[in-house]
Amino acid sequence: MNDTDAINEVLVRHGKDGTRLMQILRETQEELGWLSPATLTAIAAGINWPRSRVESTAGFYSFFHTTPLGRYRVLWSDNITDRMLGNMDLMQAMCKKLWLEPGRVSADGLVSVDTTSCTGMCDQGPAILVNYRAITHMTAERIDQMVELIHNQTPITEWPAEWFKIEDNIRRADILLTNTMPPGEALRISFARGAATEVETSFSERSWHESMQASDIGASATLDEIKKSALRGRGGAGFTTGLKWEACHNAPGRTRYVVCNADEGEPGTFKDRVLLTRQPDLVLEGMTVAAYIIGANKGFVYLRGEYRYLLEPLNAVLAKRRKLGLLGENILGREGFNFDIEVHLGAGAYVCGEESALIESLEGKRGVPRNRPPYPVTNGFLNQPTVVNNVETFASAALIAAKGGDWYRSFGSARSTGTKILSVSGDCERPGIYEYPFGVTVRQVLEECGAHNTQAVQVSGPSGICLNRDEFDRRIAFGDVPTAGAFMVFGQQRDIFEVVRNFVHFFAHESCGFCTPCRVGTTLLKNLVDKIADGNGTRTDIDEIFHLNRLLQTTAHCGLGHTACNPLLYTLEKFRPAYERRLKLLKFVPAFDLDAALSQARQMTGRDDAGAHLETQSEIAQ
Amino acid sequence: MNAPRKPVKLRVATTSLAGCFGCHMSFLDIDERLLELLEFIEFDRSPLTDIKHCGPCDIGIIEGGVCNAENVHVLREFRANCKILIALGACAVNGGLPAQRNHLDLRDILAAVYVTEEGLVQGTQIPNDLELPLPLNHVHPIHEVVNIDYFLPGCPPSGDAIWKFLTDLLAGHTPRLGHGLIRYD
Amino acid sequence: MSETNTFILDDQEIPFTPGQSVMQAALSAGVFIPHLCYHPEFRPHGSCKLCTVKINGRPATSCTTPAAHGMEVESNTPEILDKRRTLVQMLLIEGNHFCPSCEKSGFCKLQALGYELGVMTPRFNLMYPTRPVDASHPDVLLDFNRCILCELCIRASTEVDGKFVFALSGRGIKKHLVVNAESGRLADTNFSLTDKAAQVCPVGVILPKRMGFAVPIGQRHFDDAPISAHVDEFKPVMPGPGGRS
Repeated sequence: MNDTDAINEVLVRHGKDGTRLMQILRETQEELGWLSPATLTAIAAGINWPRSRVESTAGFYSFFHTTPLGRYRVLWSDNITDRMLGNMDLMQAMCKKLWLEPGRVSADGLVSVDTTSCTGMCDQGPAILVNYRAITHMTAERIDQMVELIHNQTPITEWPAEWFKIEDNIRRADILLTNTMPPGEALRISFARGAATEVETSFSERSWHESMQASDIGASATLDEIKKSALRGRGGAGFTTGLKWEACHNAPGRTRYVVCNADEGEPGTFKDRVLLTRQPDLVLEGMTVAAYIIGANKGFVYLRGEYRYLLEPLNAVLAKRRKLGLLGENILGREGFNFDIEVHLGAGAYVCGEESALIESLEGKRGVPRNRPPYPVTNGFLNQPTVVNNVETFASAALIAAKGGDWYRSFGSARSTGTKILSVSGDCERPGIYEYPFGVTVRQVLEECGAHNTQAVQVSGPSGICLNRDEFDRRIAFGDVPTAGAFMVFGQQRDIFEVVRNFVHFFAHESCGFCTPCRVGTTLLKNLVDKIADGNGTRTDIDEIFHLNRLLQTTAHCGLGHTACNPLLYTLEKFRPAYERRLKLLKFVPAFDLDAALSQARQMTGRDDAGAHLETQSEIAQ
Repeated sequence: MNAPRKPVKLRVATTSLAGCFGCHMSFLDIDERLLELLEFIEFDRSPLTDIKHCGPCDIGIIEGGVCNAENVHVLREFRANCKILIALGACAVNGGLPAQRNHLDLRDILAAVYVTEEGLVQGTQIPNDLELPLPLNHVHPIHEVVNIDYFLPGCPPSGDAIWKFLTDLLAGHTPRLGHGLIRYD
Repeated sequence: MSETNTFILDDQEIPFTPGQSVMQAALSAGVFIPHLCYHPEFRPHGSCKLCTVKINGRPATSCTTPAAHGMEVESNTPEILDKRRTLVQMLLIEGNHFCPSCEKSGFCKLQALGYELGVMTPRFNLMYPTRPVDASHPDVLLDFNRCILCELCIRASTEVDGKFVFALSGRGIKKHLVVNAESGRLADTNFSLTDKAAQVCPVGVILPKRMGFAVPIGQRHFDDAPISAHVDEFKPVMPGPGGRS
């Protein structure tokens, strides 16, 4: 099949619909290896979009290549947990064997090796993606074999199957992960609430009920259960789910959408991956319940590109649910309740975890957060009312729909009801998935995961909070230590500064670039931290960090910029010696090596006399 | 002029690094006001005095960016000796014209000028005389190499801008230029 | 205009028509709020962040925030001015802004805001990005070195010209302007000097050829007075709510 036919086949598969551009680009790239200028032109013509807009989208996402990057694209997950497991040495070893530099393509165009943001395999690292397929537990031995396979141009489909095995590592399960409810149960019970009539409807709830169709009594009663449960969003922001759904239901619109945010991009988080592996029906059922309540016909699972391997299994579950009458027209025989779900794959952009950026991406555009208000509940996908919730939120909502708000409230604490799934990684004996009722102490988690001599715990990823050993009695709860799920453990032997540096690089890499303070500021922060890492930092540089923080916190467009300084602020407060031992005293030191800056001239003139040198950075230090 | 009462004259040093001396020419454009200025200052190292090395000074004025090893030495000498160091003009502030080479590789520049350029005298090679300072890979504004206290942009800053800046400073005020005097071109 | 529609901006009472943004109302009242990505003829964008103010104590972009009665807006405070100064510095070090060689000098809003805010130093280390110019078009030169990513040319080409000549590609610090051509050359687009997109660049990226330096220094647009005194040029022009009434 030639390129034109391949592109056409993809275009036809997606009805030449521009809002499906992300999928069109990905599938075309899977066919052709990269997105050449001519390919982008052909796609633009196919979907009848200006070419500039197609290039705009293609250029935004890390996983789309507008230059050839080899038949084998190896990406090393570069979360701090991968680093702690030695990923940098392994990547260097791999590059050496392949005769190439990181970030470059081999001379024969066969292979490229680079780093990528956390791939969500922190409990089984060092992890890589090869042509966007996840491989875990990398070792020197595996590298030898892999280099051999690449040299022999063995298709990835013929690589050892055990390399692609992803472990669930569930260490502690509670109501979500022990769920055995048959598919459809939550929906059946929700529908039945309508049949049971409006018993015990309180006065305050009545006005809401009156706004609904008679056939929607079940929906309103189920929403009441969700509200009663006091469920709050599990993606980090913690907005009350019931209120969000109600607002979306009440918003005027032609149609409504339910979107499951499975763009689990916060480094150190991988619980959604496990939920989608072990409890996909519960998640999809939660989405269907949401559709029932708000009156949506269409849903999307926005699955991060790093979890490409979950696409086929999820599609199989969706097919099964259609067969069972749990998706499609007249769900479970309920006249007029039509709802279907589609998996939309992301392409390597952390910022798409922000709900309005995610919706932009769903529409085939750059993942840039929108100006808010309006919020997605009123103006979401294609400008229609849209509910966006985290994977875990939908799973919890399905349980609530089936078992009721009171039942759910019996777990967790008064202000933080239910359970929370933690993704535990780093310096502990048993990394993996831990589901706890809200209110568990950090200390209990550390004890149960087998962490000893813990120096610090980073909760909720780089934008979250760094806790020192004096704070381990704090509780995982909205009112104390809130979290989207990441729980990274750092032992006493770790250099906290290196942790911070990794996070600061992450933000610079993932800034969407829309607003000035974040686009430039995250890079300035990266340069500052690198300067300190190189031993060239001064107190002035620390002051500059605070200066930049004040700017980003108040002027950045979205949460990424607002929180980009968090790792620096928390650790400057709690682990100041990690910085101080690297700082120079008082004296100004340039960010670059002056002697090295004469290297090219020395090379071209052949000089090596005293006058051809300036003191090196280490000499300045004395 | 808001005359500062200062019994002892302030000592001022000036130099041009990777610049064109245009800022110094502009300094002279304060014309007869220079005589007034000399009531309050005296020059240390400067093209005006031909003193070769900077001694302890109150104010150092640097024109030009840092493009070679000698610039680094001179700049450091100024920083070590001057209580206040001023970046004067576009090149000192942001690299200016010399920094336009920064998107090129220095090796390519040297090779193009001394090796591959057409019409070179036979035997021409890249100058490697020990007397010549080696160029840096890139041109840097001076604040990237030492701490700078004040910046006066302009290519060059006008004589009036320099006058306002210095008289503010001599009178003990933080210099403020205002519209028309602050310029980047 | 109803008398109840006012808000306070730095101790001054500002009237507004419902639907106007804080920025539009302020400009209409003759009060300048610094901005680069805002343009009276286009929908607000909110990316440059120069127009950040504090509304009832909370930071917000004045170009995207609808005016509401009784708001307390702070704009010219030392804290906010310091942030705006830093934002201008960020834009200056991110690109290659060598004013002496730029035809837009004296007409450039970035430069004028630098003067307005008293930006004397780049503060940060300069990035000196390598951004080749595009001189392919017979009538227009594109000098990407000065691009501040305000997207005004994109909005003009999309909303007014209907041509989609410009778009952004890349992400983060690598974000950059692209044109609507497989070759990447402006000459291969249907861009024309008469396009709205050719008129809106606040800096010196989109330049008509054969016209450079036509006006001598001293007579250039912002030579006579600071940009804040040019406030009338930025008043809303769109009719009806949100526009000059």
